[in-house]
Amino acid sequence: MVEIPEHLLKRSREARGAAKSSGEDDAAAEEVKAPPEESTKAPKAQASAKSSGGIPAHLLERSKAARAGKSDGGAAPPAKEPVAAGAGAGKGASSQRPTPAKPSGPARTQRLLAVVKSGSIQTTKRDPVDKVNTWPHLLSREFVALLLVSAFLIGFSILVNAPLQEAANPNETPNPSKAPWYFLGLQELLTQFDPMVAGVMLPGIGVAGLMAAPYIDRNRATKPSERKFATSLFTMFMIYWAVLTLTGIFFRGPGQNFVWPWSDGIFFDF
Amino acid sequence: MAENGNGKRKFKDAVGNVMTEKVQGGQFWTSVFRPGSVFRKGYGDTPRNRAYVVMNSVLYHLHPVKVKRHAVKVSYTLCLGGVSFFLFILLTVTGIFLMFAYRPTAANAYQDIQSLHTQIAFGALVRNIHRWGAHLMTFTVFLHMARVFYHGAYKPPREFNWIVGCVLLLLTLLLAFTGYLLPWDQLSLWAVTVGTNMMGFTPVFGSNVKFILLGSQEIGSNTLLRWYTLHVLMLPFVMVIFLAVHFWRVRKDGGISGPL
Repeated sequence: MVEIPEHLLKRSREARGAAKSSGEDDAAAEEVKAPPEESTKAPKAQASAKSSGGIPAHLLERSKAARAGKSDGGAAPPAKEPVAAGAGAGKGASSQRPTPAKPSGPARTQRLLAVVKSGSIQTTKRDPVDKVNTWPHLLSREFVALLLVSAFLIGFSILVNAPLQEAANPNETPNPSKAPWYFLGLQELLTQFDPMVAGVMLPGIGVAGLMAAPYIDRNRATKPSERKFATSLFTMFMIYWAVLTLTGIFFRGPGQNFVWPWSDGIFFDF
Repeated sequence: MAENGNGKRKFKDAVGNVMTEKVQGGQFWTSVFRPGSVFRKGYGDTPRNRAYVVMNSVLYHLHPVKVKRHAVKVSYTLCLGGVSFFLFILLTVTGIFLMFAYRPTAANAYQDIQSLHTQIAFGALVRNIHRWGAHLMTFTVFLHMARVFYHGAYKPPREFNWIVGCVLLLLTLLLAFTGYLLPWDQLSLWAVTVGTNMMGFTPVFGSNVKFILLGSQEIGSNTLLRWYTLHVLMLPFVMVIFLAVHFWRVRKDGGISGPL
């Protein structure tokens, strides 16, 4: 599975801790304000708070208080409301306003329209992916790979000369005449099929089939165990092709006749 | 350092100081090396600089700033596509060198290749690198295709890039085949004869296809000029266009495919 990076784990731990502690605060607040509510006309309010699902109790209380303050014209002090109670204790119990911060009349203009739970809008679109910086992790590996290839190629080129036979002479056909190694499979097909089939149609069908592979193979799985048919078919073709090519390289002599390379020699040049 | 004696070390420090303050800190230097370059003054190995290294380099920004961790595992891809691209660059460089010493005519071609081996400094080495590099590139492109198939990396959303890759494989084969004729020795002449004879079996248009490929009824100077132009100019040009699309689509289709 995906390894989740350390900093993301840490962040989520912190967020979870914060959510937990705020939840505890809510519960504590409810416990504190429960007794006065029971003593006055609270039962109705509490029932409505209970019935309104996920809306936090203190928000409900606040909106209720505002509504009450508006309708009563501030005549009845909402003593059961915790904020107002606190404020009342500071300013005096006979205060007509729900909160002292309000300058006049129906001052509280904001309304609670809806409470959106955090999970519903903050869902991440993608799972966190374990990533590393391209520099230095990828580029250094690529550099090493290219160095190795260069070293191999230069070393091989110092040791082995590219073939150069006699000058081209259209009047003298060497026996056998072979195609370059990457076309030897095709040349080998010529011994099995009609030239038109082997030289043009089969390679044409092969290339077209290869290009159409993503549209033929509708299986979305990438695990080898879930696409055994596709991989075995491909492997079969690859082995067939490799056998044809190797036969063309090692086992064909004069007149494209079958030879044993260890007894008759190799009739091939790169 | 200490054995050099105090005087020498002081001189060295002074030179180093001038290098950092006046040269590295100067306007010319900062205008050449963009932020994130290791040659910049005060370069540090910070996350910001690691990102800048990729973003501020025309070659490196083929890559995203960050890659999935599995993508850097050496066992996952063996860097086959990257090696193929590197070989393409190597073949371009050595090919340009060879062009200075080669005339694509039936009268001169073979002598020019011979003189590469006998008269021109490093001529044989460069020709060998070009020849073996071409064979190696054909092979790595094959292997790259096999890797992509076995990882199921041609599946959505990468279907189109698979097609582009198949075109690149064909272009690689064509480049290798057109280059095969150029030494104009018995090997190349008759290999190409065999190859083009196969094309001649195309139904209906067979003789036309063969004539277009050879530039005449028989392999000759026209064929050599034709294949030379294809080899050094047209096919590499088309190749570069398809390579650009290929690399761009790798990024657009979500980077290197996921682990199995």
